[in-house]
Amino acid sequence: MSKNTGKITGIAGNMMTVAVDGNIMQNEIGYAITGEERLKAEVVKIQGDKAFMQVFESTKGLKIGDPVEFADEMLSVELGPGILGMVYDGLQNPLNELAKEHGFFLKRGAIIEALDRKRQWAFEPLAKVGDVLQAADKIGMVKEGIFDHPIFLPFHFMGDYEITWVKEAGQYTVDSTIAKARDNQGEEHEIKMYFNWPVKIAIKNYRDKKVPTEPLVTQTRIIDTFFPIAKGGTYCIPGPFGAGKTVLQQVTSRFARADIVIIAACGERAGEVVETLREFPEITDPRTGRSLMERTIIICNTSSMPVAARESSVYTAVTLGEYYRQMGLDVLLLADSTSRWAQAMRELSGRLEEIPGEEAFPAYLESRIAQFYERAGLVELNDGKEGSLTIGGTVSPAGGNFEEPVTQSTLKVVGAFHGLSRERSNARRFPAIHPLDSWSKYTSFINNDIIKKAHNFLSRGNEVHQMMMVVGEDGTSIDDFVVYLKSEFLDNVFLQQNSFDEVDGATSPERQEYVFNKIRKILDAEFSFSDKKDARDFFNNLRSKFIDLNYIDMESDKFKIQEDEINNLIKGKVKHAESL
Amino acid sequence: MQKVYNKILSVSGNVITVKATDVAYEELAEITTRRGKSLAQVIKLDNDLVSLQVFAGSQGIATDDEVRFLGNPMRVTFSDDMLGRVFNGSGVPRDKGPELADSLIEIAGPSVNPAKRIIPENMIRTNIPMIDVFNSLVRSQKLPIFSVSGEPYNELLARIAMQAEVDTIILGGIGLKYDEYMYFKNELEKGGALDRTVFFMHTASDPIVEGLMVPDLSLAVAEKFALAGKDVLVLLTDMTNFADSLKEIAITMEQVPSNRGYPGDLYSQLAARYEKAVDFEGAGSVTLLAVTTMPGDDVTHPVPDNTGYITEGQFYLKNGRIEPFGSLSRLKQQVNSKTRADHRAIMDGMIQLYAEFKETEEKKSMGFRMNEWDQKMLKYGEMFESGMMSLEVNIPLEQALDRGWEILADCFKPEETGLKSDLIKQFWPKDK
Repeated sequence: MSKNTGKITGIAGNMMTVAVDGNIMQNEIGYAITGEERLKAEVVKIQGDKAFMQVFESTKGLKIGDPVEFADEMLSVELGPGILGMVYDGLQNPLNELAKEHGFFLKRGAIIEALDRKRQWAFEPLAKVGDVLQAADKIGMVKEGIFDHPIFLPFHFMGDYEITWVKEAGQYTVDSTIAKARDNQGEEHEIKMYFNWPVKIAIKNYRDKKVPTEPLVTQTRIIDTFFPIAKGGTYCIPGPFGAGKTVLQQVTSRFARADIVIIAACGERAGEVVETLREFPEITDPRTGRSLMERTIIICNTSSMPVAARESSVYTAVTLGEYYRQMGLDVLLLADSTSRWAQAMRELSGRLEEIPGEEAFPAYLESRIAQFYERAGLVELNDGKEGSLTIGGTVSPAGGNFEEPVTQSTLKVVGAFHGLSRERSNARRFPAIHPLDSWSKYTSFINNDIIKKAHNFLSRGNEVHQMMMVVGEDGTSIDDFVVYLKSEFLDNVFLQQNSFDEVDGATSPERQEYVFNKIRKILDAEFSFSDKKDARDFFNNLRSKFIDLNYIDMESDKFKIQEDEINNLIKGKVKHAESL
Repeated sequence: MQKVYNKILSVSGNVITVKATDVAYEELAEITTRRGKSLAQVIKLDNDLVSLQVFAGSQGIATDDEVRFLGNPMRVTFSDDMLGRVFNGSGVPRDKGPELADSLIEIAGPSVNPAKRIIPENMIRTNIPMIDVFNSLVRSQKLPIFSVSGEPYNELLARIAMQAEVDTIILGGIGLKYDEYMYFKNELEKGGALDRTVFFMHTASDPIVEGLMVPDLSLAVAEKFALAGKDVLVLLTDMTNFADSLKEIAITMEQVPSNRGYPGDLYSQLAARYEKAVDFEGAGSVTLLAVTTMPGDDVTHPVPDNTGYITEGQFYLKNGRIEPFGSLSRLKQQVNSKTRADHRAIMDGMIQLYAEFKETEEKKSMGFRMNEWDQKMLKYGEMFESGMMSLEVNIPLEQALDRGWEILADCFKPEETGLKSDLIKQFWPKDK
């Protein structure tokens, strides 16, 4: 089929209008040609024979009348072995390979295949000639790092396919034909180890979507205990700048107990991606003994990279997530920041001269956000295995005010809300997740009643604190004052966590349970204090000992010694020692 | 072949339109009016209608004035001869020195491949404790100074420029008052730094559009110096003026405004500039400090707000001091573990206590009786403000850390500080 062409008739920013000869489709890819360069663009609106296209590159130097070639396909990614450990831009161009070829700068119009065409994979056939398969059934298997990576019958194949030929086991590249299959019409298709899938279409080759219940452990105490996330669930982290969104995401990407972590750096600082990019290959994942990078994919479209590619980067990331979920793995997608993605939509909408909604965001903002988070989920695959895709998105609300369209649209669709507060980050209480504003619909591995009780302490402590601000410490009863001290204690030694410390940075569920139990008993205990100063001194002392404990490896002897010290301290003040 | 047109169809704000063909997006044109010549840049193409933004402003443009397309985008000269020279917002010398027209480079080039960046790890010492101890400045960092008008932000900028160890300084002034420009020039001259400085000066009396180019010109030149192995410090003042110029053009072009009249792409526009800060693998670096004045001391105003999301922290200048709350260096963790064992602990501990002091101060102002603990807090707050926060303090990092311990020991018992015991054992002043 001959491909369509067109000519540029207008340019404003990253939007061009193109007069087209022939038929085109919405979201079709086209290339604007200027000199040697081919600039990738996507159709976002069609009006008569005029196509509005967003260009994924700088439009500098384009002229009226420059030719545009259409590709007759939607914006797609390559799905196959070799994605893990890669660093891609928003359109799945491998950045390391681009750097090798073009040096320091991102050369305009440079495109490199997402999957290495030279790398060999050890292929083991699973299907036999005569087998009748459907989309997402396994034809064979390769080993990608520590994972078994099935070679699927491509997801877009509709109906039954009879395998007519399968290649024997051996080392092959991704573009070698490993099987042939005949469809209902009798037409034979060649199957390679990879196929293309349009990013804006969700992959739905599974039997059933289930309700997420099992917690996804992040090893951040305040999250796992108080505001847990679930495998296949969704959550969001809104917060003003400087409140620690990105550090929290980085810590999660490092310590979360998921099989695969996809980091979508969407319109954020390049420097932050660089940290991940340079450090992950050096860090060993304690669960697998391999480099963390082997379970990580980075989609990196930082703030100075073209804005249209930013819009597609989150779709690229979620599509890759869905692909690995199809293998029965637990995938965690961290998108930082969804506000930048929303802003990209706003810029596009403005260029299309659409009628603006609130704060000039397009009217379809809410449904786009909902569609994106809906791609998360715990699914039962066709072979009965379960796979999950969890999505956590940061939101960067203008002025730190949560009453803005992106935060509000997100809160409607997510299962947990980790609201970061300026107040807590100013006081260096990290992670700055606000314990009274945040919520989660998922359940923790710690008993819910116990958590509720502890949470209650926090709100009562806060009330006393507010009261003290009005009536002063003198006007507060010692009982109330102790409640306040206890809530501060809980905040200081459990909710706060030093992400940069080797031990304190990640707390295993076992340790969380153990420590939390200890704290719970202190919260419940009755103490005999002579006066407020006595109480304050005691809790200052206790806090300091407990913080030291947080920095000690649980397996070491020092832990036991420190624990004894704490116990002795408590015994000296508590009314009923047997309650401990 | 250069194309010349003599029919201007419309003049609106600082934007004119002409009918022309074979014009490239972002191409430059030269407009000759009876007032002289001005550069203009193509900002929109719609069939044969070309919209241009006129750098010198549209005042006095006649419909029959000559528009000549130059066939290239905005460029700037680059050579070592630029050092010590002053240029305007169009890249033309504004001192009395000779024209420089060699080795032209394009401005606003492509962004750096993130895979080619390296993790910043070199601290830039400023001898200001509020920076060195609490929010260390790091080579290749991009950092704004948030400030209310009237604060000594230019003084702070000049002091950092003088004390920071860098090879080249590029100073970009956007809407700068003439006396501020002279202040910078004199300070750098006094400090003997003039011959490693390039100025791009757009003063308040120059046409507003011309200021739009200053960040791009400054950063394009900085990037070239960095690729040549130099560590470059770029100072931009004031980026709020830059954003206001963007707003003006956007409204003239009838774009839908997003927030308080600013265009929806304000974030991307600012990011395209700030992200030029970089540490090149195997070459030099660009560090970027920019003043952002906050209208009405409002950090949620779109300009500081968008800036804060882009930059790697911010210095918040208030009442002549760098405020510990609100100020942040995101890269400090890269360097402050390598300075001294107590650096991080002092940094966090002292601020937590200072936050508590602020609360105590509030209680005091409401007339509550101050108990023993409150008295300790008040004493601490006072000592912290005079010994650490004041911009008068000019001591190296190690000395500042020692002073931190002394202040703590003067006010508290060790266990009241919330610091780790082993650090207390090591650093707590022995005589206390």
